[in-house]
Amino acid sequence: MSAAAEDVVTEGQAVEAVPKRAMTLGVGTSLVILAILLVLPFLVKNFWIFQMTRVLYLGLAVMALNILTGGSGQFSLGQSAFFALGAYTTAVLMEHANMNYALTIPLAGMVAFAAGYLFGKPALRLSGIYLALATFALAVAMPQLLKLHFLEGLTGGVQGLTVMKPDAPFGIPISADMWVYYFTLAITIALYVGAVNLLRSRSGRAFMAIRDNEIAASAMGVDVAFYKTLAFGVSAGITGIAGALEVIAVNFAAPDSYTINQAISLFLGMVVGGVGWLPGSFVGAAFIIFVPNIAESINKGLSGAVFGVLLFIVIFLVPHGARQVAIIAEQLMGKLRK
Amino acid sequence: MTALLNIKDLRAYYGQVQALHGLNFSLNEGSLTTLLGANGAGKTTTLRAICNMVRSTGAIEFEGAPLGSRSTESIVRLGIAHVPQGRGTFTTMTVEENLQLGAISRKDSAGIVSDIERMYAHFPVLKQRYTQQAGTLSGGEQQMLAVARALMLRPRLMLLDEPSFGLAPLIVRDLFKILGKINREDKVTILVVEQNAQLALELADQAYVIETGRIVMSGNAKDIANNEDVRKSYLGY
Amino acid sequence: MELFINQVLAGVATGAIYACMALAVVMIYQAIDHLNFAQGEMAMFSTFISWQLMQWGVPYWWAFLLTLIISFAGGILIERVLFKPLAKAPILTNVAGFIALFAIINSVAGLTWDFTIKQYPTPFGSSPFLGSQLISTHQAGMIGVTLLMLLGLYLFFQFTRIGLAMRAAAALPESARLVGINTSWMIALGWGMASAIGAVAGILIAPVVFLEPNMMGGVLVYGFAAAVLGGLTSPLGAVVGGFLVGVFENLAGTYIPGVGNELKLPIALALIITVLVFKPAGLFGRAIVKRV
Repeated sequence: MSAAAEDVVTEGQAVEAVPKRAMTLGVGTSLVILAILLVLPFLVKNFWIFQMTRVLYLGLAVMALNILTGGSGQFSLGQSAFFALGAYTTAVLMEHANMNYALTIPLAGMVAFAAGYLFGKPALRLSGIYLALATFALAVAMPQLLKLHFLEGLTGGVQGLTVMKPDAPFGIPISADMWVYYFTLAITIALYVGAVNLLRSRSGRAFMAIRDNEIAASAMGVDVAFYKTLAFGVSAGITGIAGALEVIAVNFAAPDSYTINQAISLFLGMVVGGVGWLPGSFVGAAFIIFVPNIAESINKGLSGAVFGVLLFIVIFLVPHGARQVAIIAEQLMGKLRK
Repeated sequence: MTALLNIKDLRAYYGQVQALHGLNFSLNEGSLTTLLGANGAGKTTTLRAICNMVRSTGAIEFEGAPLGSRSTESIVRLGIAHVPQGRGTFTTMTVEENLQLGAISRKDSAGIVSDIERMYAHFPVLKQRYTQQAGTLSGGEQQMLAVARALMLRPRLMLLDEPSFGLAPLIVRDLFKILGKINREDKVTILVVEQNAQLALELADQAYVIETGRIVMSGNAKDIANNEDVRKSYLGY
Repeated sequence: MELFINQVLAGVATGAIYACMALAVVMIYQAIDHLNFAQGEMAMFSTFISWQLMQWGVPYWWAFLLTLIISFAGGILIERVLFKPLAKAPILTNVAGFIALFAIINSVAGLTWDFTIKQYPTPFGSSPFLGSQLISTHQAGMIGVTLLMLLGLYLFFQFTRIGLAMRAAAALPESARLVGINTSWMIALGWGMASAIGAVAGILIAPVVFLEPNMMGGVLVYGFAAAVLGGLTSPLGAVVGGFLVGVFENLAGTYIPGVGNELKLPIALALIITVLVFKPAGLFGRAIVKRV
C-alpha cells in the first residue's frame, strides 16, 4: 500500500478565499469615503493630517501584502525590506541627485519591484512556513545591510539620511503637511484602483487560482512560476512606493525604522483588516498606528500587554477581520431596508 | 429482538449542501446489515453522522439512549467502533501499537493483552508482522488490522465503510467470512457499507439501499439479492 | 585545531538549547499545525519564575522542578483559554494570536522584573570540564541535562499509554478520535509539555545570555530554523537540527570574516533555506505528496 516514507495530503486552503465580488466596496460607499478623505484635512489640525497620511501609505503597504498573501497565497514577513528599499531610493535620489520628490516615486517602485521579482524567483520552491522563514531572514538582514560601512557614503550609515519636506507647488496656500497628504492620497487612489483592476484581471484570477490550489492551477495551464514572481514583484513595488511616501512625509530614512517589527505590524494590519479584502488594508493600517498609542495611554508600563489583549479581543470577535464587520453591517442594512 | 441502533429522520449537511434527507432505519442486536448504494449516495455520510463527524439533525439512539451532541470520541467509548473509508490505519506505528490504540480507552490491561492474543488468533498474518510498521502491510493485511483494531474496543456495534475497497476478490471473501464469524461468535452487531453489492448481500441478513440521501429499499438481504429489478435499478448488476 | 574543537563543542552546547526549543516548537506543530511564535517568551517567563523562586530562598533544583510544573500548567491554561477558541479560525488569525501572546508575555515580564540584565546561577559552575580547556562544566551540564530530558521524552512517547495516544492524535487526529482518544486534551497536554521543555531551555541558557525579557528572541529563531531544518514532522530531526544549527552558528561566527553578531542570524537562515531548496521536507521530514 502506501509507502511509509511519504504522507499523502489533500491540499487544503492555506489562505481563506475571498469571493471576487466581495473584494472591494460598492461604488456608493467608495464615493462617500473619497469625499470624506478630500474634505477632512480642512477640518482637523496638522498633527491629524499627518496621521491620516500615515494611514494612507501604511495602508498601501498592507494592501501590497494583501495582494501577495490574500491574492496569490504567498506568505511574507519581509515587506519591511522592500519598504526600506523604496524609502532609501527616494532619500538617496533626493539627497545625492537633487531629484524632485515626485519623480523619485516611480523609481522607488521600480527598484522595489525588481528586488521583489528577484527574491520571488528562488522563493518559488518555498511555501507556507518555509517562505515565511526566508522572508523573515530578509527582514532581519535589511537593517544590518543598510548599516554596512562601505555603503555609508550612500546610505548615511546608522544615522540615515534626511530630506526636505516639499512645499505645495505653484504657491497654493496650504501647509506642507496638507500638500503631502493630498499628494499621498492621489498616489494611494491610483494604486488602489490599479490593485483592484489587477485582481479583477486575468492575472488576478491566476493569482487566486494559485492561492486556492496551486497544483490544480498548474494542471489547468496557469504559468505558476510567472504569476508567483509577478505577485512578489508587484507587492514589493507597491510597498517600495509606500516607503518612498513615508520618507517624503517624515523627512528622513534610517535603518532602524525598517526592522522586523514593522514587517510584523504590516502582517497584523492585514489580518485585522481582513485577508484579501483590499479596503480593509486601510482599517488594518489604522489599527497598527492608533491602537499602540491607545495601549500606551491606558497603561504605559504594560502597553505591549494591552496591545496584545486588544488584538486578542479583535481576533476573537472577528476572526476574519474588518471584512467580517463589513459583511455584518451589510446584512444589518439589508434587514433594516425590509 | 431489541433495536441496538435506532435512527429517525436523519438529515446531514456538508456546509450548505444537504447530503441526507431524512433517513429512518434501525439495527437489531446481533444483526449483520449492509447499506448499499452508488457513489455519492450518502453511505459514508450515514456512518459519519452516527459518529457525529458531520453536521446533522435527527434522532440517533444507541441502546435506547439518545446520542445527542456527544463528541466522536465519547460515542466511540459507548461501544461503537468505526472502520472508516481508507481504513485510517496509523501507518507510522507498528501493528501491535495499532492494536493497543484500539483498546486505548479501556482500563483492564490484562484483558487488553489477552484480546491482542485473540486478534492474532483471528488474523495470523498480523502476528507475523506485529513489529512491522503498519504502512508496509499490503491492502488486505491493513484491512484485517483495521478490523482487529476496531474489535479491540470490544464494541457492541461495528461500522465498516467499504472494507472491500481496493482488495482482490479472494481476499474480500476471506474478510467477509471473518466478519460473519465475529458477528456470530463475538455477538457484535455489524453495519457494513459497500459498493460491492453482490458479496455484501451474501454476507448480510438485512439490507438497505440508499440513493441521493434517501433509503429507497429495505428488507431481507436474500430477497433483495433475488429481486432482479432492484438489482438492475440500484445495484448495477 | 583546539580552537576548532572548542568551537564545535560550544556549538553543541548552545545547540542543545536550540534542540530543546526546536523540540517544543515541533510538538505544538504536530498537534495543531501551527508554529508557536510565543514559545520563546513562555520559556523566558518560566525562567524568570525560577529566578524569583530562588530569590525567595528556594534551592536551585527544587526551583527547577517547581518551575517545570508551573510551566506545564501554564501551557495548558494558555491553550485552553486562548487557542482552543481559535482552532477553527483561519491560519493567519492564529498567527496573529501568537504574536499577541508574545507581546503580552514580554510586556508583563518587563513590568514585573524590569529590563535590566540579571545574573542567573548555574549549578554546574563554570570551570573547565574534566580539566580540559575544550568545554566548561556548565556547557557540559547543558548537554547532559538536555540529553537526559530527551531520553525521558523518548521513553514517555514510546512506552506509555498517554505517549502512544499523543502520538496517534498528532499523526491522524480523526483516526485517534475513532479509537476514543480525546484529541482536544492531547493538544492541551502537548502545549503543557512544550512549555515545560521551553522552560528547561531557558533555565539552561540564562547563565550564558543573562536573564532579561528579550533573552529568548534570537534563541527562538534559531529553534525555528532548527525545527525546519530537521523537518517539522520529525522530533528527532528537530533535535539533530538544533545541534547542527548551534555548531554552524559558532563556526560561522569564528571562521567567516565579516560575520559579526548581527549577520550571524541571516546567514544561518540563508543556509537553512538553501538546504530546504534541495530537500523541502528537511533532513528527516517525510516528503509530503500533495493530492489535488
